[in-house]
Amino acid sequence: MPKKYETPLLDELEKGPFPSFVTEIKKAAAKSDMAADELGQLEKSYRDKRGYWKHGGIVGVRGYGSGVIGRYSSLADQFPDVANFHTVRINCTSGFFYTSEFLKEMCDIWDKYGSGLTNLHGSTGDLVLLGTNTENLEPIFAEFSSRGWDLGGSGSALRTPSCCVGPARCEWSNINTLDITYNVTQEFQDEMHRPAFPYKFKIKTAGCAVDCIASIARADLSIIGTWKGKIAVDQGEAANYAKKGMKIQEEIVNKCPSKCMSYDGKELKINDDDCVRCMHCIAKMTKALKPTGEKGATILMGSKAPFVIGATLSWVIVPFMKLEEPYDELKDLIRKMWEFWDEYGKNRERIGELVIRKGMREFLEFIGIDPVPQQVKEPRRDPFFFWTEADLQK
Amino acid sequence: MAAPQRRTDIGPPHYKEFLPPVIQKNYGDWKHHEVLSGGVMVHTANSGDKIWSVRVASPRLLSTDTIRDYAAMAEKYCGGYIRFTTRNNVEFLVSDEKNLEPLQKELNSKKYMIGGIGPRISNIVHTQGWIHCHSAATDASGLVKALMDEFADYFTTKETPNKVRLAVACCVNMCGAVHCSDIAVVAIHRKVPTIDHDKVKNMCEVPSTIGSCPTGAISPEPSKKSVKINADKCMYCGNCFTVCPPIEIHDPEYDGVAIVVGGKVGNLRSNPKFSKLAVPFIKNNPPRWPEVTAAVKKILDAYIAGAEKHERVGEWIERISWEKFFKVTGLPFTFQHIDDFVIARETFRTAATFKW
Repeated sequence: MPKKYETPLLDELEKGPFPSFVTEIKKAAAKSDMAADELGQLEKSYRDKRGYWKHGGIVGVRGYGSGVIGRYSSLADQFPDVANFHTVRINCTSGFFYTSEFLKEMCDIWDKYGSGLTNLHGSTGDLVLLGTNTENLEPIFAEFSSRGWDLGGSGSALRTPSCCVGPARCEWSNINTLDITYNVTQEFQDEMHRPAFPYKFKIKTAGCAVDCIASIARADLSIIGTWKGKIAVDQGEAANYAKKGMKIQEEIVNKCPSKCMSYDGKELKINDDDCVRCMHCIAKMTKALKPTGEKGATILMGSKAPFVIGATLSWVIVPFMKLEEPYDELKDLIRKMWEFWDEYGKNRERIGELVIRKGMREFLEFIGIDPVPQQVKEPRRDPFFFWTEADLQK
Repeated sequence: MAAPQRRTDIGPPHYKEFLPPVIQKNYGDWKHHEVLSGGVMVHTANSGDKIWSVRVASPRLLSTDTIRDYAAMAEKYCGGYIRFTTRNNVEFLVSDEKNLEPLQKELNSKKYMIGGIGPRISNIVHTQGWIHCHSAATDASGLVKALMDEFADYFTTKETPNKVRLAVACCVNMCGAVHCSDIAVVAIHRKVPTIDHDKVKNMCEVPSTIGSCPTGAISPEPSKKSVKINADKCMYCGNCFTVCPPIEIHDPEYDGVAIVVGGKVGNLRSNPKFSKLAVPFIKNNPPRWPEVTAAVKKILDAYIAGAEKHERVGEWIERISWEKFFKVTGLPFTFQHIDDFVIARETFRTAATFKW
């Protein structure tokens, strides 16, 4: 019989319509002492209003420096089955598609070697196996890798790249987000599994500017699909939207950020030259509007959460890049970025922070990209600019 | 039984192995989609083929029992194909229209919540909290559960002016997308950490501890082979605790959460935006944090009442102005709302135009 704890506070969170994480932990706790101790410790956290986990220590599988995150209870005498309770990150599939067959196998392995608790998915996109002890790590890795699955990234390494649903099930995708993610992940296995960077590096790929993977906010390298060409208008379908109650002038034309649309009650016109490809009109009138012409991506860099210099959004470095297999231009760019970071980055300095510290010029020259107005919102306002010897000779 | 032969650096399996046949056939060739209800949409390919997606709420923290149940339903109605969204919803991928009704019936009978598609509240992106994180100043899952119970109707049926993206982060590390969400809760500390000098000596690297501080408040304390903290400069972020655990930041009495609003990641209509401070502090009140749900509800109700169709929370606020936002929500404006970190001067008003 597994352990059982009284959990009056957590029981309150089994009430109500939204699926309950407490119920999930209890289901696992019926089979696993680890999950039972997790539940017991969590109830204590709710009582004391504080967490009881410690991190750190080197823990992992042989030959890898990442993929496992060490976690230890600071109340090990009270909850010995979570004394060490590590996270295993399994590299997700591109687009988070799974088969029932795989999910069942995963559950069988995890029930055998772990707490039976998971996160589908972690914030970076990994399939997270939540809580096991040190001696189970090697068997878990053998079970998964022998079936064709590998660990994701952690620590100062390339983190598991992730992407939106893309061309698999979305008409807006300008690039093959799933394939780019798969290719980049395969190309940089060493950088993912053996941490050698100053800090973490995240890559997220979105098929269009709707950015369902939040690449612009959460990735050191943000790849956002876009196009160079006209938006084709199907006037019949546009009329259908109007017929069904859409106020095209108010909801579409007036909301266009670059004021490049007009509508006279019959015909919807777009001045494509002024379009900034924000996706509003296309997203609201998907049957009527389609981008045409050359497809590719805008490459941005540097977004991250607040530590250390405040949160940043990614900024444009390459306004347009064609992205076709084998994606050599993208991979070369990534390698050059890492070279710059390796050369100048300080310990625990994200690449975006480094570029802010060193200046965009130094970075762009290093990676071989010319300055273009698309990289900035506006030119500088101050008169404090540098001239190199070469500039002076021009 | 011996463990099977391990393999290294193989990466994930190829994604094509996991795509339903109708997706494999129409990959990259989708024509359009329609939202049929709060949790069901249909995508139509240029070939005329269709795929229906039924979206279901998930607490993200899942037991193997529940995943097996998902798998069983996927086998029964979806040829075994299932996916997860970037906001941790579950999507059942139905290729045969006749399975659509029976799947929804079974989901409803098992009390799964179908919804999250279109202009409404989708699943809350959140972090580990007290369940598994060393630096958590609140529990993320409990807050999410309390909030989503409160707003369940906005997940399943009711509409909002545009989608509303909620997030919860259990500390200012913000492993969720809190810094760019419509309405988000982030846990904060409010007191200078205490230092266990004996342990710092043995467990911490002094230069990286000093380097971890965003305001340069940490300096060496050579006599103790440790560090000291300038209390005037410390803003309680806890980054020093992450690199040096003997610097204790947890304080059950003074820890709690802040609420930030108006962020977005999409480029539609207006550029991506950061979330900005609305409520500087609410005490932790587990298990259901009623003061937090009440404050979020106040903001959400004001948005629903005031926003134009398709306006996100941040777009609504920028149109009416921040001074009006504080007026219509009744939230007090405090010293904490005025930035004094690195980009402070960019946020000061340099014009004589504002509303009363």
